[in-house]
Amino acid sequence: MPSRLPHLSANERISVRHLCVDYHGVVAVHDASLHLDAGSICALVGMNGAGKSTLFKALMGFVRPTAGSIAINGLPLHQARRAKAVAYVPQTESVDWNFPVNVHEVVMMGRYGAMNVLRIPRPVDRVAVKEALDRVELWPLRDRQIGALSGGQRKRAFLARALAQGASVMLLDEPFNGVDIRTEKLMIELFEQFRREGRTLMISTHDLSHVTSFCDQVVLINKTVLAYGETASVFTSENLALTFGGLRLEAESATAMDPDPQAP
Amino acid sequence: MTTLLTWLVEPLQQEFMVRALLVSTLVSCVCGLLSCYMTLKGWALMGDAVSHAVMPGVVIAYALNLPFAVGAFVFGVGSVALIGFIKQMTRIKEDTVIGLVFTGFFALGLTLISKVRSSIDLSHILFGNVLGISSSDILQTVVISLLVLTVLLVMRKDLLLFCFDPTHARSIGIHTGVLHYLLLSMLSLAAVAGLQTVGIILVVAMLVTPGATAYLLTDRFDRMVWLSILSAVISSVVGIYWSYWMDASTAGCIVLVQTLLFLLCFLLAPRHGLLAQRRRSPRASRFPSA
Repeated sequence: MPSRLPHLSANERISVRHLCVDYHGVVAVHDASLHLDAGSICALVGMNGAGKSTLFKALMGFVRPTAGSIAINGLPLHQARRAKAVAYVPQTESVDWNFPVNVHEVVMMGRYGAMNVLRIPRPVDRVAVKEALDRVELWPLRDRQIGALSGGQRKRAFLARALAQGASVMLLDEPFNGVDIRTEKLMIELFEQFRREGRTLMISTHDLSHVTSFCDQVVLINKTVLAYGETASVFTSENLALTFGGLRLEAESATAMDPDPQAP
Repeated sequence: MTTLLTWLVEPLQQEFMVRALLVSTLVSCVCGLLSCYMTLKGWALMGDAVSHAVMPGVVIAYALNLPFAVGAFVFGVGSVALIGFIKQMTRIKEDTVIGLVFTGFFALGLTLISKVRSSIDLSHILFGNVLGISSSDILQTVVISLLVLTVLLVMRKDLLLFCFDPTHARSIGIHTGVLHYLLLSMLSLAAVAGLQTVGIILVVAMLVTPGATAYLLTDRFDRMVWLSILSAVISSVVGIYWSYWMDASTAGCIVLVQTLLFLLCFLLAPRHGLLAQRRRSPRASRFPSA
């Protein structure tokens, strides 16, 4: 399989140090640190509102941290973005499947960052798109409007876009939502190929059964990174209790501190 | 046959008709192209807002003897900036803010026009005056149209990506904030151009209907663009002839033809039309093909 990854030499793919992010004074992520090496699949586990999407946004450079720093492949974020190092694979639900684009056009969008202003595909872009589509076995369906794809094909189309982009870091938002077992197996096979090529995948999920089956790394998050590292050592029941019990504890202490609004 | 020929040729002996047809064809190309993005981005309400909000700008520009496009542009973009600002600073939902801002601007325009002494005719602004368009207005419309067409053609792929997947666009380093305001600026300018043909009240039809019609006919964006432009041009030409022979409101006729074309496609479009969907199993048609 062809793999031409930039920065293959850098062993550390993602490095987050003491990251803090606020939205209008509300803390979304506080003092979060984590490190991921090249060639790993990492599950990002946490409840809704625990800061999973904030962390993704921070890794893509969409939110300005109030403190801390992020490096991708050893580069600061703005340089990593210029190198198109980070690809985001959206949730199926957030894509407009009626949009008048076909599979080839969607995958070509992965190459836009590398093209000139007019975004006219060069031969190298066409080759990258063909390779990506071949790998996810969608080349024969390249002229289909995206809404005419099956659920599994839809997922693969967006993985192909991340491939065509040449990303060394892939952020996947709930990739297994509404996916049948067969598709899931196919996707996991692809993920494991990506890992062998030295890419690092970060998969946000609330389905814990995936974590032990193929993720070698885990990041547990609840407003901060509670624990990260090898699945075997981090994915423990105590840590999970912290991850999923934390909010309830917080809510209880919050009501204990707040004066009762109903009280006279 | 000869009657049809007379019907077509006789109006062309009037200079104002030739001018009206040429200007509205050009405006239709601009609005038809832009309306594809408006439809896909879901900005119909924004189009309505901007087209109403340009009114005080037009009045002030006329009063100060400036090109009306300048005033309209300032107020169009200003209204959008204000909408964004209020939305960001308060918890009021976007559609409420849009309704609030554009009616405020429109009211300002109405008040100004009743107090400012000028040769400006309210009904021309509200309902268009393409049959009586002046040479300087034509010049402005041509300049605006060429500018918008050029920008949209150069940026068409980025704008399409911006409509489809702004998150991906940002993640590969495309400045979506710039694209956002670029598209809104083009919307303001196209609204000013469209205003010449059908007036402020109906210009939103020019910015929405052709794109929506084309969207029913195809799953390819480039075809959608051509179909949208085609339907906009046909509507303008047929509408103007119709209004000439019936002595009816030009703006009304143009938009009415647009709406009829839409209804025709709504019923008969090969895949997304009502009849085609009925012909397939009625239950399956409600779900995307899985």
